[in-house]
Amino acid sequence: MHEMSIAMAVVEQVEESAGPAGAGAVEAVHLEVGELAGVVPEALAFCFELVCAGTALEGAELVTETVPGRARCGPCAAEWAVGMPPDLLCPQCGGVRAELLAGRELRITAVRRADGPAYAPANQEG
Amino acid sequence: MCRVVDLQQAVLAKNDRSAQDLRAGLAARGAIAVNLLSSPGSGKTALLESELTIARERGVPVAALTADLATENDATRLARSGVPVKQVLTDGLCHLEASMLGRYLDGWLPEATELLFVENVGNLVCPASYDLGESLRVALAAVTEGEDKPLKYPTAFGLANLVVVTKADIAAAVEFDEAAFRANVQRVNPGVEILLTSARTGRGRGDLLDRALAVRAGGPVHLPVMARQAATDGHTHGTGDDHSHGHGHGHGHSHGHGYSHEHPHDQEHDHDHPHPHGHAHLPAGERS
Repeated sequence: MHEMSIAMAVVEQVEESAGPAGAGAVEAVHLEVGELAGVVPEALAFCFELVCAGTALEGAELVTETVPGRARCGPCAAEWAVGMPPDLLCPQCGGVRAELLAGRELRITAVRRADGPAYAPANQEG
Repeated sequence: MCRVVDLQQAVLAKNDRSAQDLRAGLAARGAIAVNLLSSPGSGKTALLESELTIARERGVPVAALTADLATENDATRLARSGVPVKQVLTDGLCHLEASMLGRYLDGWLPEATELLFVENVGNLVCPASYDLGESLRVALAAVTEGEDKPLKYPTAFGLANLVVVTKADIAAAVEFDEAAFRANVQRVNPGVEILLTSARTGRGRGDLLDRALAVRAGGPVHLPVMARQAATDGHTHGTGDDHSHGHGHGHGHSHGHGYSHEHPHDQEHDHDHPHPHGHAHLPAGERS
C-alpha cells in the first residue's frame, strides 16, 4: 500500500506549487500513471481523498490517465506495446536492448485551481 | 473561473533526489549499497547471513540493514555473521524510502564499510518504486514461489540488476521449472543474470558477494530495459543519472523539471528574480 506515500507526495508537491503567496483552491489534480509504475489508480484515489482532508486540496478530484507501456528496440528500431505483464524482448529480432518509451510515468501533469493569485511559471490552458 | 496549471512534476522526485544524495555520499566514502527485494519467506535473510559470513571470513568490510514491519528477529540472525547489523522497524510501512535509510545510516554505518546490504521489507510491490541509492538491486525468488513470480511482479523483477533464486536444493521436490522461470525473467528483464543458490547446500555461496564487489570495483552493471528510458524527460524516476538538476532547491518552482517554456522569456511576468536556471531547459522538441 505505498499508494498512501504516493498520495502524500502528490499533495505535498501541489501545496508547494502554490508558492508562498498561496493560490486558489485546488479543484483537480491530473496525474499520469504508467502501466509499469507499480501503482494501482483505485488505491491511489482512495488514499488521495484521505490525505487531502484538511489541506488546500480538500475535495479535489484526482484525475488519473493511464499510460500504456511502449518500447523500442535500439538495434532494429521495432516499436511495440509491451502489454501486461510486459514483454520487453524485441518481438522482431529477439534482442535484449530495448528501451522504454512510456509506461513508468508517475507524474503530476496539471493542477486545476479555482481562480486565485497567479504564480509563475504558470501555463494556462483553461 | 478556473485555470489549469501545467505542473509536470515526477511524484517521486523527492525520493529520487534523496537517493542520489545517498548514492553520492556512499561513493564518496568508497561504499555501495545493495538493495534486496523479495516476498516474505523467500530466504532473503538466510542468503544474506551466508554472504555476510563469507565477507567477514574474507575480510571484506560489509554491513547490513534489515527492514521489517516488526520484530528484531532478522537482525539477530544476521548478527551471527559478526558484521555490523542494524534493524529498522517500519511500524507497518510497506517499504523503505531513501530519506529514511539515510537517517538510519547517519552515525551508524562504520566508516570503512565497502558494501552495505539493505534487506528491504518483504514485499515485491511497494519497494520496487523506491530508489534507495543502491548501485545493485537484487530481486529474489525461492523455487517454492512458482515460475510465474516475475510475471506477477514485473516491476520488482523488471528493475533488478540481478535475480537470485533461493532454496535451489528443493527445486526438484517442488517441481520448479527452471527453464520457464528463466523465460519469464527474460521477458520482463531481458539479459539480466540469474544466480541459483541454496543456503542449505551452499550452492552459489559467495556469488552475490562477488557480484556486489565487482560493481563496487566499477564493473559493468546490467541495465534493465524497464530502467532504460528513452530521453523524453530527465526527471521521471529510477534512472539516477540526472545529477545536475537534483540539488539545492526546496520548492517546486525551480529549474524547469519539464515546465513548458514555449512562450518567449521576454513575455514572462511575475519574474522579478534573476533566472540563473531558466535557459537550461531542453528544447521542447527533445522532451516530447
